[in-house]
Amino acid sequence: MAFKDTPGGRALIGNLWRDNPVFRQVLGICSTLAVTNLLKNTLLMCGGLIFATALSNLTISLLRKYIPKQVRMMVQVLIIAAYVIIVDIAIRAYFPEIHKAIGPYIGLIITNCIIMGRAEAFASKNPAWPSLLDGIGAGIGYSIILIAIAVVREALGFGTILGFALPMRDLWWYQWTIMVMPPGAFFMLALMAWFGNSYVLKSENKGVAK
Amino acid sequence: MILAMMEPVAHAGPGFWTRLLIIFLTAAFTENILLTRFLGMCSFLAISRQMKTSVGLGFAVVFVTTFTAAINWLLHTYVMVPLHIEFLEFIVFIVVIAAFVQLVEMIIERYSPALYFSLGIFLPLITVNCAILGVSLFMLNKEGFGFWESLMFGFGSGVGWLIAILLMAGIRESIKEDKIPPGLRGSGITLIITGIISLAFIAFSGMIK
Repeated sequence: MAFKDTPGGRALIGNLWRDNPVFRQVLGICSTLAVTNLLKNTLLMCGGLIFATALSNLTISLLRKYIPKQVRMMVQVLIIAAYVIIVDIAIRAYFPEIHKAIGPYIGLIITNCIIMGRAEAFASKNPAWPSLLDGIGAGIGYSIILIAIAVVREALGFGTILGFALPMRDLWWYQWTIMVMPPGAFFMLALMAWFGNSYVLKSENKGVAK
Repeated sequence: MILAMMEPVAHAGPGFWTRLLIIFLTAAFTENILLTRFLGMCSFLAISRQMKTSVGLGFAVVFVTTFTAAINWLLHTYVMVPLHIEFLEFIVFIVVIAAFVQLVEMIIERYSPALYFSLGIFLPLITVNCAILGVSLFMLNKEGFGFWESLMFGFGSGVGWLIAILLMAGIRESIKEDKIPPGLRGSGITLIITGIISLAFIAFSGMIK
């Protein structure tokens, strides 16, 4: 059996493109959209998010038979919060400069709808290994979109990518201040949603025609 | 850029009431929690379809942010800092928010069933609204916030969120019948309108010096 046909493989790959939560429903953008004006901050936040989603999915899946149904939301939030604290402490230790800039947003990973959504929809019903892969897939699928937004915003807003200047910037580049400011993020995300929705509509129409 | 604008505010207010007013205006307009910080987007996109539900959720958010900001400030200042357990702030804050929402739900259900039915479904939603946790976390980043300042900051942020969702709901109700490209329907057009409202709110940034 090929990897993409196993339950874990399906969960990993489906999350990347077909069921990508940001594309389809614009879910879970709250905490991370704010840091997309610099690619470096975005990469760090996405790394933290993938770590938290994957490990909280794994833990919740391992404990799924022992968590009473009535309090499961609370237990899930506490497990997620524990992993987010690990991320917060790690970033504070290794990247103190960035932590000063994006500090409160790291804590907001806890309330990210995607983590809760995956925990509730997948990890609380499936075994450990597929759940881990599902978490990694959801995290990466989410990161791809935010990284795409960050690349455009940093290139247009600061003329750099990861802090390195674009080639021959002085000749052609002109600063779009709006891209550094919040409206830039809203417009970029709207474009992403437009692109994603049109793609989905097109493939659905094709399916009908067949 | 927006953080830099906050600087003069921190040193400005000589009078207590002036300072509270400045904190309120800053939180509600220049640093609007939704339009400049992107917090509470999930419920904003989902709920703003209807005016009536938007009003209900908006007022519930104002209420909860005001009190959880104050409670979390008290816990942080008098319990967590003396015990050196600041690293637990995420867990403490989220538990406080969940417990507070639960408590409010029980009290409203007991004393005002009418209000409970009109507000009831929104209260559980609020626990996972990032704006509430965000207000508590941003409050800690501000220098020299006392109890009243935190309470006012929570109230102002909640009002800012309420204003944003009311504006959005009003616009969405009136464009319901318009011809929008199929790919942009739903979240796409909502995000573009949010971007335009957010542009308008940037104009407030020169207001507070």
